[in-house]
Amino acid sequence: MSLLIKGGRVIDPASGRDEVGDVYVDKGRIAEKKGKADETIDARGLVVAPGLIDLAARLREPGQEYKATLASEMDAAVAGGVTSLACPPDTHPPLDEPGLVDMLRRRAKALARARVYPVGALTVKLAGERLTEMSVLAEAGCVAFSQSNVPITDTQVLWRALQYAATFGYPVWLRAEDKWLSREGVAHDGDMATRLGLAGIPAFTETIALATILQLVRATGARVHVCRLSTAAAVDMMREAKKQGLPVTCDVGIHYVHLSEMDLGYYDAHCRLDPPLRSQRDRDALASGLADGTIDCAVSDHAPVDEDQKQLPFAEAETGATGLELLLPLALKWGAARKLPLARTLARVTSDAARILGVQSGRVAPGAPADLVVFDPDEAWRVIPAALRSQGKNSPFLGYELAGRVRATIVAGNVVFRQG
Amino acid sequence: MAANPQLNSHGELQHLLSIEGLPRAILEQILNTAESFVGVTEREVKKVPLMRGKSVFNLFFEPSTRTRTTFEIAAKRLSADVINLNIAVSSQTKGESLLDTVANLSAMQADLFVVRHGSSGAPYLIARHVKPHEHVINAGDGRHAHPTQGLLDLYTIRHYKKEFGALTVAIVGDVLHSRVARSLIHGLTTLGAPEVRVIGPQTLIPAGIAALGVRVFHDMRAGLKDCDVVMMLRLQNERMAGPLLPSAQEFFMNYGLTAEKLALAKPDAIVMHPGPMNRGVEIDSPVADGPHSVILPQVTFGIAVRMAVMSIVAGN
Repeated sequence: MSLLIKGGRVIDPASGRDEVGDVYVDKGRIAEKKGKADETIDARGLVVAPGLIDLAARLREPGQEYKATLASEMDAAVAGGVTSLACPPDTHPPLDEPGLVDMLRRRAKALARARVYPVGALTVKLAGERLTEMSVLAEAGCVAFSQSNVPITDTQVLWRALQYAATFGYPVWLRAEDKWLSREGVAHDGDMATRLGLAGIPAFTETIALATILQLVRATGARVHVCRLSTAAAVDMMREAKKQGLPVTCDVGIHYVHLSEMDLGYYDAHCRLDPPLRSQRDRDALASGLADGTIDCAVSDHAPVDEDQKQLPFAEAETGATGLELLLPLALKWGAARKLPLARTLARVTSDAARILGVQSGRVAPGAPADLVVFDPDEAWRVIPAALRSQGKNSPFLGYELAGRVRATIVAGNVVFRQG
Repeated sequence: MAANPQLNSHGELQHLLSIEGLPRAILEQILNTAESFVGVTEREVKKVPLMRGKSVFNLFFEPSTRTRTTFEIAAKRLSADVINLNIAVSSQTKGESLLDTVANLSAMQADLFVVRHGSSGAPYLIARHVKPHEHVINAGDGRHAHPTQGLLDLYTIRHYKKEFGALTVAIVGDVLHSRVARSLIHGLTTLGAPEVRVIGPQTLIPAGIAALGVRVFHDMRAGLKDCDVVMMLRLQNERMAGPLLPSAQEFFMNYGLTAEKLALAKPDAIVMHPGPMNRGVEIDSPVADGPHSVILPQVTFGIAVRMAVMSIVAGN
């Protein structure tokens, strides 16, 4: 079937194209011809862009259906304009066996909403001891291997894992965190943690681990994507590593370019995140690193948590924030604050993420998969629990008004979400 | 940042959660009220009817004898009914959540909750969820605050030194884990003490403590020089040997208060300790029992201060 999206402001971040026009979709792909279509979307006054690609969205299946289900989170994804997402292996059990990966992909496919790319566990049970069967997992559909938020403490194992992955060219996605240094911590080790009496996680927790990773990349040639930078010093290190030509990329959680330790206020458990929100100087460095391309892309780091696990004293509350439906408005807010052209803002959540994921989507160009989002960049909405489709209502932005509302989401040429 | 959760819409004390953020006038109101209660505690009939018919729930999620007892005595002297709940060994072990516990007690018509909890910020969570007529007093939360201890320390200092405007105060020992230190620091800076010092090894001084308005010393002798007040902190047993400190003996050698070190402070300096003391670890017995020590008066004043806090909060 064919689809015509008429009269929208068409933005292709990869080429910088930004002009009013039509987009014609045929057989699941973007086509040249602009003829009669089976279905038409009137996009006048709206932006037509590639669907968002999110490198970190937890769907909580298998094993944590009390927090969220595949169905609820896939609804949230397309409502947020996310057409492709990579899910970290921190499910219960972790994605360390091909059967689990296969089941996840099948269930996601049956729901026919966003495309789901599983990230396999780098070590068995994420325990940081034995390597997983990476080739078997890759065959089952894993696009990369990761430890999610449980970094390997044994550097011998990390070294071997990177050697092994490099042998076959598998990308490895790693958080830079020295678990010994962060083990009791719950907040950035700074003024705010001292005032609130919270155990601190120093900034060098990240830079020490990042230095180790970069040295091992140098030694092994592994392709490493560093996940969720949180400190200014790490941004500098990544800038330097890229300058030296190391095969490394990195991302930042979209919350971290907006929030800092100050937002903990009086123990707001919605700001209990991993890594922790850091100083305002760190936040500013992350926001500008994302603008200048040192940080390749922004992710939602979507982590639905049930309310009971947030209604606890700060240190005992579960980490994470819901994010799939906030990625677009928060990216727009970041771009607007830095006065970036819309194409450049969107690149960080579309084409740049596609490059890391190694997929053809993330473009509005003939032949590309017809994964698109149609949105009103100016329409504001209030972040309240009822406005979120995700089962996780846990957001530091609850009560905020944010601009950027999705009107339609298209995956492989099918309209999978429509509103307004 | 949200409005100060301890104050009601008239700017009065609804809950006592932390000394930080309280206006000087409220601190002075508490200290003055406490002064009037000191007389009560010295009478033969040590009771006033200010809280007759009110129910005070002592909610201790962390074991404590001393603080719980002084709150109990204070409440009884105000004629309130006191219910002690040692939650560390009851519902929490059965898996009931903190807020469920509080909701259940609230259903039993509580007026005032006195809360001690091992997690910093727990009393804030409770204060956000109690009914409008209910009040919360923080009796110590994690490393964060112990405001009634801070107030009784301020009361003691004022009793002996009269004014805060020219004082040098040193707080010595495990500042990192100390809610007592944080509360005293906020109180002293609010009441205008010009120099507050913290003394300890790097391992026990938290990052960014200077932002609270204190000077950091690692050399105890330099830090004690010309002090008017020396506050010794308790060192928990489990921290005496490990990655933070090599041994209790070495800690005493470097940071224990002896008569010889105390001689560096002003001749009329007072020595305080929140108790319970580790003699021979943070303080030498001759000093603890000596003429500079005001450690036992602290305990006596503590009851009057807790009476003051409870009666003010319950009256707002």
